[in-house]
Parts: sequence; C-alpha cells; structure tokens
Amino acid sequence: MNEMHESSDHLLHDLMAVDFVLLELNLYLDTHPNDAQAVRQFNEFAERRKHLVAQYEKQFGPLMNFGHSLSPQPWAWNNGPWPWQM
Amino acid sequence: MWVYEKKLQYPVRVGKCDLRMAKFLSEQYGGADGELAAALRYLNQRYTIPEKVIGLLTDIGTEEFAHLEMIATMIYKLTKDATPQQMIEAGMGPHFAAHDHALFYENAAGVPFTAAYIQAKGDPVADLMEDIAAEEKARATYQWLIDMTDDVDIQDSLKFLREREIVHALRFREALEMIKDDRETQKIF
Ligand SMILES: [Fe+2]
Repeated sequence: MNEMHESSDHLLHDLMAVDFVLLELNLYLDTHPNDAQAVRQFNEFAERRKHLVAQYEKQFGPLMNFGHSLSPQPWAWNNGPWPWQM
Repeated sequence: MWVYEKKLQYPVRVGKCDLRMAKFLSEQYGGADGELAAALRYLNQRYTIPEKVIGLLTDIGTEEFAHLEMIATMIYKLTKDATPQQMIEAGMGPHFAAHDHALFYENAAGVPFTAAYIQAKGDPVADLMEDIAAEEKARATYQWLIDMTDDVDIQDSLKFLREREIVHALRFREALEMIKDDRETQKIF
C-alpha cells in the first residue's frame, strides 16, 4: 500500500495504537525496571513511533509544539482541526 | 515541562446533542474523583514521594490530562449545538446563565471544582493509598456513566477510560509494595 494515500483516520489510528503500547510499557517499566525484554520492546516501539509520526506530519502538519515538530511555510501549528473538532 | 500533542489518546465519537449525558459526564471533568483531580493530585505529590515512584506519578499524572481532554471533547461535542431552551430543559439552565456553551470545572450537580478534593499527606504510604482509592472511585464512576447511556460510541470511550483506571490502580499497588519493601529494609520511617 502506498503510505502517502493512507487516510487520516488510518494513520491516526495506527499512531494511537503504537502510543498505547508505549504508554502501557512505560507504566509497567516504572514498577518493573529490570524487565530487559520490556525495555527492548519499548525501544522498538519508540523507533516505530518516529516513522509513524513523520508520515503523519507530512500529511497533516505538526503534531507537537515547542520545536518537537518542524513547521512548513507558513507557520502551520494554528491550523485545525484540533482534537475536539475532529 | 510539558509538550502538547495535537491528538486524543483514544477516539471520541459523538454524533448527536445529548445534554443529559453531558451533565453526568461533568462528574469526571470537575468532580472529586474526576480527571482534573487525578492529574493535579499525582503531579503535586511527586515532590515529596520517594524517588522510586516519582516517574510513575509523573506518567500517570500526565496521562490523566489526556483523559481530561477526552472528557472535555465528549462534553463539548454533546453540548455545542444546544439551544438555550434545550439547556434549560436538561437542567443546564444555571450552567448556561453563567457559562453559555463554555466548559466549566464542575461536577454533575454543578458544584465547582475545589482543591479540597485532593490530598497530599507527605507520607508515601498514605499518599499512595489515596491514589489507589482515587483510581477505584474513578473506575466506579465510569461504570455508572456507562450504565447511564445507551450510546455505544460514548460507551466505547468510557470503557477505555474505565480500563485505564484499573491499570493505574494496579501500578499504584505495585508502587506501594516497592515503598513498603524499602521501609522494611531501611527502617528509616
Ligand atoms: Fe487514572
């Protein structure tokens, strides 16, 4: 499948899913810091997230503020839809 | 420092105006066991909790803000198209008189949020016990909210939030055990 043609819903859904795994592993590791397998999984999903975010931002603009996302010209952060408008 | 992400943690789908449900959902917005109370409670306790659990309080406290945004999105979407007359009929007249369609940190009965809802005792066992209780209370509220609507989309989002409270309670229980273990080995408390 051509990734550029993935719908907003599809990409957002994938990103939410990866973020959920990362959140769950993060909280789990906060109380099980010596689980090496879980740390490996966490790092693996963190890498996967980077690729998904890059893909998402290419189509829908910056995901994060304060320099965690690059901006196209002109400044794109103000552009909706915001999460509660979707 | 916090960084915002322009997306919800989990989808919120709302296809209609339902003021009755919006009013009930306020309990998890500005109520005693709601998401604002949860976020503020954990982030505030971080400064005096043993080092081992600061990470957990930071992470769960941050996640609670994502839950607050989900609840806000539900309330916003459920109320945005309501007329003043519909607001009055749904018991939201007093809200409308003071806030129009704006959201307000209040519980389902319209009582404004207060810091008195949350505690910081400075005792790690007492604080973590409060956190566990808070999660169990939030879980119970979500169950009741699920029981109060037949909107499957709202139920779906609420079920996600209910499950998160279960995970948070579990992690806080583990954190409590970590603290107790330290207490026994160090005998400094
Ligand atoms: Fe929670």
